[in-house]
Amino acid sequence: MMTDTSASKKLFEQNWKRISFWGSICALSQVFICLVGLPSELNRRILIESTLSLGYLFILWIPLVFGYIVSKMVELEGVENPKPGAADLLSGALTGLFGSLGLVLLMLGIDNLDMRDPLINWNPKLFRLLTFENSIGFGSLVWIAVGVGLGTVGASLHQMSSQIRKMVAYATFGLFSFAVLEDVIDDLSEGFRLEWLSDMIYAKKGGMTVTSMIVLAVVLALLPLITRGKFKKTVDRYRSDATPENQRRNSVVLFSIIAVLVIVLPWFLGGIINELLANVGLFLLLALGLNIVVGLAGLLDLGYVAFFAVGGYTTAVFTSPNSPWFSPETHFGISLLVVVVMATLAGLLIGAPVIRMRGDYLAIVTLGFGEIIRLLFLSDWLKPYLGGSQGITNIPAIDLGPWEVRGADPRSVFYMVLAFCVLAIYVSWRLQGSRLGRAWMAIREDESVAEVMGINTVNSKLMAFVVGAVLASFSGAVLAAKVGSVFPKSFEILVSIIILVVVIVGGMGSITGVMVGSLVLIGILGGPRQPGLLQEFQNFKLLIYGALLVFMMLKRPEGLVPTARRTRELHQEEYLQDAWLGDDENEEREEVGEQL
Amino acid sequence: MTETALLEFRSVNTHYGAVHILKDVDLAIYPGEMVCLLGGNASGKSTTLKTLLGMVTPTSGEVLLDGEVVNDKPTSYRVINGVTMVPENRRLFKRLTVKENLELGAYLRDDREGIDEDLENIYELFPRVKERLSQKAGTLSGGEQQMVAIGRALMSRPRVLLMDEPSMGLAPALVQQNFELIQQIHEEGMAIFMVEQNANMALSIADRGWVLQTGRVVLDDTAEALLANPELRSSYLGES
Repeated sequence: MMTDTSASKKLFEQNWKRISFWGSICALSQVFICLVGLPSELNRRILIESTLSLGYLFILWIPLVFGYIVSKMVELEGVENPKPGAADLLSGALTGLFGSLGLVLLMLGIDNLDMRDPLINWNPKLFRLLTFENSIGFGSLVWIAVGVGLGTVGASLHQMSSQIRKMVAYATFGLFSFAVLEDVIDDLSEGFRLEWLSDMIYAKKGGMTVTSMIVLAVVLALLPLITRGKFKKTVDRYRSDATPENQRRNSVVLFSIIAVLVIVLPWFLGGIINELLANVGLFLLLALGLNIVVGLAGLLDLGYVAFFAVGGYTTAVFTSPNSPWFSPETHFGISLLVVVVMATLAGLLIGAPVIRMRGDYLAIVTLGFGEIIRLLFLSDWLKPYLGGSQGITNIPAIDLGPWEVRGADPRSVFYMVLAFCVLAIYVSWRLQGSRLGRAWMAIREDESVAEVMGINTVNSKLMAFVVGAVLASFSGAVLAAKVGSVFPKSFEILVSIIILVVVIVGGMGSITGVMVGSLVLIGILGGPRQPGLLQEFQNFKLLIYGALLVFMMLKRPEGLVPTARRTRELHQEEYLQDAWLGDDENEEREEVGEQL
Repeated sequence: MTETALLEFRSVNTHYGAVHILKDVDLAIYPGEMVCLLGGNASGKSTTLKTLLGMVTPTSGEVLLDGEVVNDKPTSYRVINGVTMVPENRRLFKRLTVKENLELGAYLRDDREGIDEDLENIYELFPRVKERLSQKAGTLSGGEQQMVAIGRALMSRPRVLLMDEPSMGLAPALVQQNFELIQQIHEEGMAIFMVEQNANMALSIADRGWVLQTGRVVLDDTAEALLANPELRSSYLGES
C-alpha cells in the first residue's frame, strides 16, 4: 500500500491536534464506561469461552471505533487527498494509545485514591477487572498493547479493499450477534428441534467455544464471497421494476411473506421470545398511536401514558372481580367497548384545554396531565374506587371461545396484540392519505395558514388526540389482561418518554419506521419495566436510550426508516438550494434586465 | 349601487381583550372590483382581513357575505362561499411539495375533476409552477413562491381574493411583475381586496380605496381621488 510514496504522507507528518482530540475523547469514553459500571456488571456474561466477556467487549470497541474515526479522510472538493498509508495506521495506533493511557490513569487512581463515595464503581472489583487480577504494570501493558492494536486495526479498515472489508464486517457482526444472542438462538433451536446445533456452538457454562468461533468466523467471512451481492442485486432489480402493477405485485408478495412469518413463527419460538414479541407488540401499538399525534399532526404529547393507563384501568374495573367499588365482571370484549368510550373521553378532556397551545407549551402541559392521571390513580381520594397503590389485581384472562389469552401463554398474547397492531397499522395507513391526514400535515407545517385554507384546526387536532388515545388504550387493555393486574407504578412518565424515543428513532410519521423502532428498542433493549433480549442491560437501558437518541438526532434525525417526506425535509434542502442557486440568480438577473 | 356587496362590514367593532381595534368600520367589496386598504402600522389592516375571513369575531356590527350576516360562521363557510386569503409573506407550507400546497388550497372541495381542471388552469397561468410540482415549496425563489401562494388561493375557486401585503418581501424587480399578475387575475373577473403599504402602486391599479387610521376609516374614495388627495400624498405616498 506504500507503492505510491510521492502522494502518501510521511510517517510522522501527523495531525497531532486531531489525534490528541480524538485520543482524549477515546480515553474519556473508556473511563466513563468503566465508572458507570458496565464492565463490572457485564463481566459475568461470557461471550467466548474463557476469552472474552461482554464487560470487556464494552471497553474494547472504543479504541477500534476511534482508530477508525481519526484516520478517516476529510474529503475536500478540488483537493487531491494523499493516499492512505502507514501514517494513517500510526495515527490510529496513537489514538488507541491515548485511550489506554486513560485506563492506566484510572487504575493508578483506584489504587491510590478513595473516591467510592460519589463513584460507586471506583472499587477493587473494577481494579481487579482492569488489571486482570495481576499488577498495575501488567494491566497497563496489556491495555496499551490492546489499545494500540485495536486503534491500528480500526485505522486499517480504510485501507482494505471493499471485498475484504465486507468479509471482516460479516465475520465481526456475525460473531457478535451469535455471542450476544445466545439465549435466542438456544430458544430458536429448541423450537426447531435443533438442540444439537446450539450445543455445538455454545459451551456448557455459556459463551461460544473457541473452535466454534473460528469455524463460524470463517464461514461468515466466506458468505459475501459466495453470495457476491446476489441478494442486493435481486432487491435492486425488483426495485427498479417500477411499473405500478409490478410494484403492487411485489408489495403483495412481500406482505404475504411477512404475514405468514408473523403468524407461523411464534409456533417455533419458545416462551422467552414470544413474551418479548408480545411486549414489542404492546409498545408498537402505543408507538403507532403516538406516531399519529406527533408524527402526523405534529403535536408533541409528553403525557401519552395517561391513555395507556385509562385503557388498563378501565379493563381492570370492568373485568376483575377484585375491583373495589364497581365490579360488573364483564367479558373483555364488552369492557373493550367501554375502553374506547373512556379513551375518547380522556382524549377530549385532556385535549380540549391544551389543544390551543403550541409547540413547547403543549409538551409541558401534556407532561403535567400525564402525571396528574397517574397521581389520581395513586391518590387516597380514588383509593376506594381504584385501589390506590395496591392497584386492581386478579384481572381474568381473555376468553375467546376455543382460545384463551393469558399472560402465562405469551403466544396467545402475541396473537392478540398482533390483531390490534394490524388494526392500528391499517388505521394509520388509511388516515395518512385521507382528508384528515392532509389537514394534520397542513397544521404541522403552519397552523395559521391551515386555518386560512378552511381547515378546522381545533377539531382536527382533537381528532389526532382521540385516535392516539384509543390506540394507546387498546394497548393498556391488553397489558392489563396479560399481566393480570394494574398498578399506578406501571404508568410512569418513563413510558411516555420511551414511546417517544421509539417514534423518533424509528422515524416520525413512518409506519414502517415505528415498527422497526419498537422491534429494535423494545425487543433488544426492553421497555420501561419489560426486559428485552439483552437482559443484562437492564440497569443501563436508559443510558443506552439516551445515547441512541443523541446519536440519532446528530447523525440521522429522520429516523431509521424515514418517510420519503422526512428525508426530503431534513437533507434535501441544502443540496437543492445549492443546486439552484446558480440558475436562480441568473433568472433574477434576467428579470431585472427585462425591467430595465 | 343596487348590487349586493360580496363582502360587507356594517359598523364593525373588534377587540383584542380590552383593546379596541376596529372602530365602526364600514366597507363593501362588490363582485369583480379591485379595492385596496391603506394604513400605517397598527391601524387595523390585518384585523380587517381576519374579520372578513372569520378568524376574528366582531364585538358589534355585522359582517355580510352576499348580503347574509356571517358573524358566527366559521372560516370554512366563508372559504366555501368564495372568500380566500393570500397570507402576508406568502406563508407556503414550506416542507410540502408545490403540488401538495396547491391541493391543500382545495381542501374543502370534493369534486376531483373540478380540482384537476383548476390545477391545469393554474399550470397554464404559471408554467414555472408546473416545472416545480414535486419540489418543496420552501426551495422556490420569492417570485415562484408568490405564484404558488396565489395558485393555492385560486384552488378554492374564490370570487374574492384577500391579499395581505402582496409585495412585502419581494425583490424590487418582482414587485411590478406581481402587480401585473394581480391585475391579470382581476381582469378575469376576480374581485380583489388588497392591503398594501405600497400605496402608490396599489392605487394605480385599484378602483377604490380606504384609508384606515387607528382602527377608523378616515378616507373612502375612488383610487384616482385618493391618489390626488394632498393629505394622503403627504402621509402615505412619501411626498411633501
